Amino acid sequence: MAPVPHERANPRVQMIEVEGLTKQFGPLAAVAGIDLRVGRGEVLGFLGPNGAGKSTTMKMITGYLSASSGRVRICGQDIESQTIAAQRQIGYLPEGAPAYGDMTPRSFLNFIAEVRGFYGATAKSHIERAIANTELDPVLEQPIETLSKGFKRRVGLAQAILHDPPVLIMDEPTDGLDPNQKHAVRRLIRDMAPKKAIIVSTHLLEEVEAICTRAVIIDRGRIVADGTPYELLTRSRHHNAVSLLLPTVQAELAWARLKSMNDVVSVEQSARPDGLTMLTAFPRQGALLIEDVSALVMAEHWDVRELYAEPGRLEDVFRAVTTHDAARARAQASGANP
Amino acid sequence: MSGLWPIFKREFVAYFATPLAYVFIVIFLFAMGAFTFYIGNFYQNGVADLSVFFAYHPWLYLFLVPAIAMRLWSEERRSGTIELLLTLPIPVWASVIGKYLAAWAFTGVALVLTFPIWLTVNYLGNPDNGVILAGYVGSFLMAGGYLAIGAAISAATSNQVIAFVVSVVVCFLFTVSGAPLVLDFVRVIAPLPIVTAISSFSFLTHFGAISTGVIDLRDIIFFVSLIALFLAINIVLIDLKKAS
Repeated sequence: MAPVPHERANPRVQMIEVEGLTKQFGPLAAVAGIDLRVGRGEVLGFLGPNGAGKSTTMKMITGYLSASSGRVRICGQDIESQTIAAQRQIGYLPEGAPAYGDMTPRSFLNFIAEVRGFYGATAKSHIERAIANTELDPVLEQPIETLSKGFKRRVGLAQAILHDPPVLIMDEPTDGLDPNQKHAVRRLIRDMAPKKAIIVSTHLLEEVEAICTRAVIIDRGRIVADGTPYELLTRSRHHNAVSLLLPTVQAELAWARLKSMNDVVSVEQSARPDGLTMLTAFPRQGALLIEDVSALVMAEHWDVRELYAEPGRLEDVFRAVTTHDAARARAQASGANP
Repeated sequence: MSGLWPIFKREFVAYFATPLAYVFIVIFLFAMGAFTFYIGNFYQNGVADLSVFFAYHPWLYLFLVPAIAMRLWSEERRSGTIELLLTLPIPVWASVIGKYLAAWAFTGVALVLTFPIWLTVNYLGNPDNGVILAGYVGSFLMAGGYLAIGAAISAATSNQVIAFVVSVVVCFLFTVSGAPLVLDFVRVIAPLPIVTAISSFSFLTHFGAISTGVIDLRDIIFFVSLIALFLAINIVLIDLKKAS
């Protein structure tokens, strides 16, 4: 699927260009040909099962690993031949947010500022802004190795955004954060988004819906889905499905009536211990059910407690397009080409 | 600047942020004293020079310098900070040389702290301070050689114990390559020019020459080129890891 220009994105300003990227680890193709273009204003959510090649791809984009083939360009600069120039444009939060444990956040950020070529007042203002954005104030003078997981992650984040880079690559930025911290990090990403090209890998599907303008699912080193979160949701079987909660005594009849509707493919029911039953009617691809179902409810005078249409579930799409661990193991064991 | 200076500074400060620096310096100074005064019979010799002091440097460095070098890259690899370091806009050579120079400067600090023995010998007699200075220069160069070897080996593994053990063995071979232990073995399997070449790699020979006060350019060149060679190997090893 071709990348769809988002309203905030300017498709002509391609900040990250990835063409035919592959990475072989011995006989295993960790990344098997990835093409991506990310423009300013885009927040690309990178999804995939563990071991799908997300981190490896990010490591190649940032120049930590060399690609087996293919090329990566950051703001027009090739990561292999113009490594340093390209890396200046990137802010990178590696997996696990590594930092020098014996340093304090302040001395660590001073070091990063100096390496990035900031001195004196400029360095100070960059560091202060990064600290403010990641709310690091309470721990500035404590050794990083003594910090909680959430603070460590934020030190890594502060390091990545210190130079206000046009390209931001973050490997699981909210991993290990509590809900409040997650919310703060997502707000930070959303605030920065208009001026940057951002790639975020995550296991949290709700994160994609919360902050991403585009979602890319990769599996076994290949892109298997690419679109706006809404487009992916339309591929979910739950997209436009209608759920209603009503007394169990009425459920049998309601189930039959729903099932006989034209646009309904199937109806699932689950009884609850409180004497109520949840019925979910799944529509034919592209059909809208909610109007017909609510008309039916009115006509039949069912005692409905809840009635709603679902936007769809990314989890459905994720599971439909990626392979399960067991299948993956079988494929590798039989030597099948992934 | 290429980033070498901030790397050097960070690394050098890091030594003193952990107990490593203090443990190392205390053991270094203590062992130096013990070897010089008890095993080397410094007083009984009745000679106002530091030859017995310097004679034990290669053997102390053999164990202490790999202990400093082992963490240079293994630690970065183990903690994952190498990923951070290599994605910062610094060339690999600047990281390698910056870290190396920090470690070398640290051994320099330890060496400078042996000054009481220099004061002692000057108090007791009238030593040739030129010879002593040459000894210090030679010792510092030799430490640099051991360190370059250790750093390169550290770049090859994330396991510090392996880095330490392999470094000690390789450093040992360089130390004694002029001795019968190595040469007798080599003579059996290699022609004479190779035997001569190997024996010329001996740290003992080169350091011995410098510490007698004869600063021969060839000895200096030996240590400097050995350091350059192993730093180059270090850079290549780091680059190779990117491809693997």
